[in-house]
Amino acid sequence: MTGFLLRRLGGAVFVLLALSVVVYLVFYAAPGNVAQIVCGERCSPAQVAQVHDRLQLGDPIYVQYWHFLQGLFAGRDFSSGVGVVHCDAPCLGLSYRQDSPVTDILVNKLPVTGSLVIGAFVLWILLGVGTGLLSAWKRGGAIERTLTGLTLIGFSTPVFVIGLVLIIVFCSTLGWLPFPQYTPFSDNPEQWFWGLLLPWISLALIESAKYARLVRSSMLETLAEDHVRTFRAYGLTERAIVGKHALRGAVAPVIALSALDAGSMFGGAVLTESLFGIQGIGKLLVDSVRQVDLPVVVGVVMTTGFFVVLANAVADALYAMADRRVVLQ
Amino acid sequence: MSEALLASQAGAAQVAAPASGARQFWRRLRAQRAVTVAAVVFALLVFVALAAPLLTALEGQDPNAFHPALVDSAAGGVPKGSFGGISGDHWLGVEPQTGRDLFARLVYGARVSLGVAFIATLVQVFIGVSLGLLAALGGRWADQVISRFTDVVVALPLLVIGLGLIAIVPDSVPRPVLITAVIAVVGWSGTSKIVRSSALSLKSLDYVSAARLSGWGRLAVARRELLPALAAPVITYGVLLVPANVSIEAALSFLGVGIKPPTPSWGQMLTDANTWYQSAPTYLLLPAGFLFVTVLSLTVVGEGVRTALDPRAASRLKVGVKSRKDAKSRKEASK
Repeated sequence: MTGFLLRRLGGAVFVLLALSVVVYLVFYAAPGNVAQIVCGERCSPAQVAQVHDRLQLGDPIYVQYWHFLQGLFAGRDFSSGVGVVHCDAPCLGLSYRQDSPVTDILVNKLPVTGSLVIGAFVLWILLGVGTGLLSAWKRGGAIERTLTGLTLIGFSTPVFVIGLVLIIVFCSTLGWLPFPQYTPFSDNPEQWFWGLLLPWISLALIESAKYARLVRSSMLETLAEDHVRTFRAYGLTERAIVGKHALRGAVAPVIALSALDAGSMFGGAVLTESLFGIQGIGKLLVDSVRQVDLPVVVGVVMTTGFFVVLANAVADALYAMADRRVVLQ
Repeated sequence: MSEALLASQAGAAQVAAPASGARQFWRRLRAQRAVTVAAVVFALLVFVALAAPLLTALEGQDPNAFHPALVDSAAGGVPKGSFGGISGDHWLGVEPQTGRDLFARLVYGARVSLGVAFIATLVQVFIGVSLGLLAALGGRWADQVISRFTDVVVALPLLVIGLGLIAIVPDSVPRPVLITAVIAVVGWSGTSKIVRSSALSLKSLDYVSAARLSGWGRLAVARRELLPALAAPVITYGVLLVPANVSIEAALSFLGVGIKPPTPSWGQMLTDANTWYQSAPTYLLLPAGFLFVTVLSLTVVGEGVRTALDPRAASRLKVGVKSRKDAKSRKEASK
């Protein structure tokens, strides 16, 4: 087990390094005059040249990447025109627009996205696994057909459509819920909860459809296997078979998928945050893209990659614990 | 996001016996009633997209013409008349503020939506199949390099990297082309993984070995023996990429980095409608409805194709039903 974890860690570091090379090449070697974009349309050539020097854009790309790596592991200093800004160890660069380290900006946004993802995660797992379980148990009947239809609808609706409809119904027409907004949990837990309820529900409705389908199909697969037939022959009730033995076969894929989903969402639930105006990492990404704030864009992409790789490693370990047939290599 | 799920679904089909005959495929497809309905709806949408200039000419409206007389500027630009200004001239009403014809914009929006999604899917499948085959047949090094690279691409959430890519490309590149390219470039990894693993398992089969032993080159083996057998898993996965791509285009446009105005796009209309839903609900509901129907019908057709290509998908269901009935009758017998 320890050997496996170490190897997995090594692999994760490799993927992250490769990711940083790809991301760096794609974004910084791209066409377009970065200095001009950062400075703005109305800058004089002299001002543009100044920005060019300050951002060290004249260096060859591998030198720039080397500085980037150095910053990531040891921190680095930036001259901001008037003084020197120090950027601590996991340094992802300095925002072009806000003159503060990207890492700080990301750390500030993390609790916002975290609140959104964790709440939605709990809901979508409960809803998804529950629906999948119920439709596998009641298979072949009207309940299953209804659930399958509902799941298909959830699966095909973009999150911003469901979100908009929910806002119209619950906030403006019925007035049961306040318009969504983010309040830090430490400020006011109650406001935090009510402000995030609708985003949680929208995200969960979309995501749970995927899980319901996954749980249903893997349970149906398990139910057709020989050992289940043996259980039936022993006279076990349908409920015990579905709820205990078939469910075990469905747990592993759910773990794998949920780790991947949660991991990538920590890098920003882009659509949900944009729709509800929640200032998390996803909203930050969209805003930075509009303002061509490349260090922030690279930072968000790297952070997302980090969470995905991390989540995958965790999923592999959990997978092996849930399903003893899996051999770790 | 749905990449992993799609891959796991297509995985079911990749071991299944390929090519059980085109006729059998059609029969299995038609046997699913919902699929027939969805296919008709989808065909209608394709017709609407193709015939967009014709349909708008029939209505007598232009998607980009402003009609300031049709909106109530005193009330902030709300369309005059009931249901967003629906009339004989404007079949689905007009846009708030600008008064542009909604029907014309929706119909032209279908072109963007379906066009981007289809072409992106074709490019995704092309890249995926090429790289997957190269990994499976190109020797150990090619496999290592391509597989690791694929892992890196899989680790990137499509929307995040798509947004990032759009940020750096100059405005001179036409938006629909850029969006198509971005979707294609980030979304080929699933196909490549499926093709690689299917090709690896096919490679060890007797008939492929026979072809190799009779002196065929790698390319000939790939083209004449592997590609036909790969059709089933690739199609199964590919048909579900289309609705996913429709959603992604809408999402990018919704975020304001996709199709640029004045070109109409459903996602972009939804963004605008976001501020109008109280005074002009049809402006929101129509693009939302179009988007929903498109994605739903494509998904149902995709699922139908999967079931038709995978004999186990149908029989597995039947097995489940039968054993449940068995359990019931056993229960009754024991009473």
